[in-house]
Amino acid sequence: MLPDDLKRLLSERISKAEDPREQAVDVMFEFQNHYGYMSDQAMKEASSLLGMTTLELEELATFYDHIYREQVGKYVIQVCDSVICWMHDHISVIDHIRYRLNIDLGETTADGLFTLLPVCCIGYCDRAPAMTVNRRVFGRLTPEKIDRILTRLKDHAEYPETE
Amino acid sequence: MDHYPQVLFQNRQPNRIATMDEYRRSGGYQALEDFVGKRAPAEVTARVEASGLRGRGGAGFPAAKKWQSVPVDGAFPRYLVVNSDEMEPGTFKDRILIHADPHMIIEGMVLAGYAFSASKAFVFVRPSYETSALILERELELARQEGYLGKNILRSGFSFDITVHRSGGRYICGEGTALLNAIMGKRPNPTKPPPYPTVKGLWDRPTVVNNIETLANIPHILRNGGEWFKDLALTKGGAGTKLYGVSGRVNHPGCFELPLGIRLSEVIGEFAGGLPGGSEFKACLPGGASTRFLTKEHYDVEMDFDTLAAVGNRLGTAAIMVFDRKTCLVGATLNLIQFFARESCGWCTPCRELLPYIRDLLWRIEYGEGREEFIPLIRDLCKFSWNSYCALSPGATSPVESLLTYFEDEVREHILQKKCPFKP
Repeated sequence: MLPDDLKRLLSERISKAEDPREQAVDVMFEFQNHYGYMSDQAMKEASSLLGMTTLELEELATFYDHIYREQVGKYVIQVCDSVICWMHDHISVIDHIRYRLNIDLGETTADGLFTLLPVCCIGYCDRAPAMTVNRRVFGRLTPEKIDRILTRLKDHAEYPETE
Repeated sequence: MDHYPQVLFQNRQPNRIATMDEYRRSGGYQALEDFVGKRAPAEVTARVEASGLRGRGGAGFPAAKKWQSVPVDGAFPRYLVVNSDEMEPGTFKDRILIHADPHMIIEGMVLAGYAFSASKAFVFVRPSYETSALILERELELARQEGYLGKNILRSGFSFDITVHRSGGRYICGEGTALLNAIMGKRPNPTKPPPYPTVKGLWDRPTVVNNIETLANIPHILRNGGEWFKDLALTKGGAGTKLYGVSGRVNHPGCFELPLGIRLSEVIGEFAGGLPGGSEFKACLPGGASTRFLTKEHYDVEMDFDTLAAVGNRLGTAAIMVFDRKTCLVGATLNLIQFFARESCGWCTPCRELLPYIRDLLWRIEYGEGREEFIPLIRDLCKFSWNSYCALSPGATSPVESLLTYFEDEVREHILQKKCPFKP
């Protein structure tokens, strides 16, 4: 269950909106921050908070790139694979991360820290090749820079609690 | 290198945003003080109409005309939707603008809202622009504290507020009608007008969708007048400056504010630092991923709406993606169509079925399984894209169709060699 104070905050935001549904994506982002992803339980709780059916919320959850209906790592790495990053050899970025983390695209590391996904153009074509980690952008990637980013995330990460 | 007047980027700093005070010192919020509550809303529209400002989000629709299409007796409340979704490959100008001078955008939004009596604006921001969303939220609060926003703005009697709406991230959300569905928390499929959003938009109320760059021009037009704005452009009949985002095979990719009508060769050669040594210009997409390839023949074209239309292309968002001689355009087009096929919302058949079909044919050509008859087949398929609900599908086939028009030899070379000739 969502903590009471977070639930109150969300209810307040929903009541201030023009229409509860307007808050659907924001609410799902908050649930994801709490649960790590939109589990079936999270879907149920979120839809009742929003006054939507779970099916209505499912239509949105499965539509958007940044809403996850499956368990993902604490850090979701999304590497841009659109045309400018393609010109700047985004494949080598993906390959380097695959090698370092020992996972393939769409997979999560055994320690639950990292998930690797491709993503369409993130609007950093002036700093290609680029990727995002939990909506934070890193550009002009080189193998050394990727290593630095991964090490920093590993060192400062709190491991997700096992259930 | 010529120096051109900087209007939208006049307060741009290398590593930080311009503060509200810096914006005010450059004349910021003066138009808001002079117009809101003191002049009739129609006067704002009239000034913008006289300036010839055309929308900067891709379609180039005259800004004033869009506001005027809100019916005089239209219902209230009315909404302004500010499109900063910017998910088309190659496009990043809105992000740079938000990071340069957010208060210019805020003032533009209030003035636009005043022009057609809106009471609320939604700024739609994509997930990878989370920092832009945070900057806007922080600066909106500062504007509220100064009385530029909220109830009874500067005691004018006009009330208007702005909310940042975060997207879950899909390209189709940038399409006007899909964007409205996204904000209302519905599945963001486009709908086919009529009714147009300016008549029945968000929650069936009149709603205007404007691009961020379009709105940033409004305070300057009101302060300096339409003639001044027209003189900024180099083309006759053009008006204003434009933010050009240059990426791909250039030495200095970046976003540059330059006059409309500047020659493409000058943008690439002077401002983006030209192509790296040993590379030679082959083609570019002049206005984002949904425009046609532009070849060396038109390298000196004037970058404006009408001048690009005259050579069979579009200015789009003026996101210039440069490809050199060593870049395989079949591979590039395959990447582009892959993007569009993935980002199609899947609602209507021509788009859902057509784009993966073209992608598969291009994939076969790129990877040595191409056949001669694929060329006329792809050509025919491209024509069906116009049967779709929205502009995603015709936009998606623009690079494909122009690849076959201008680079048929390169495509055929793939088929003859049974491999990509650019790969060892």
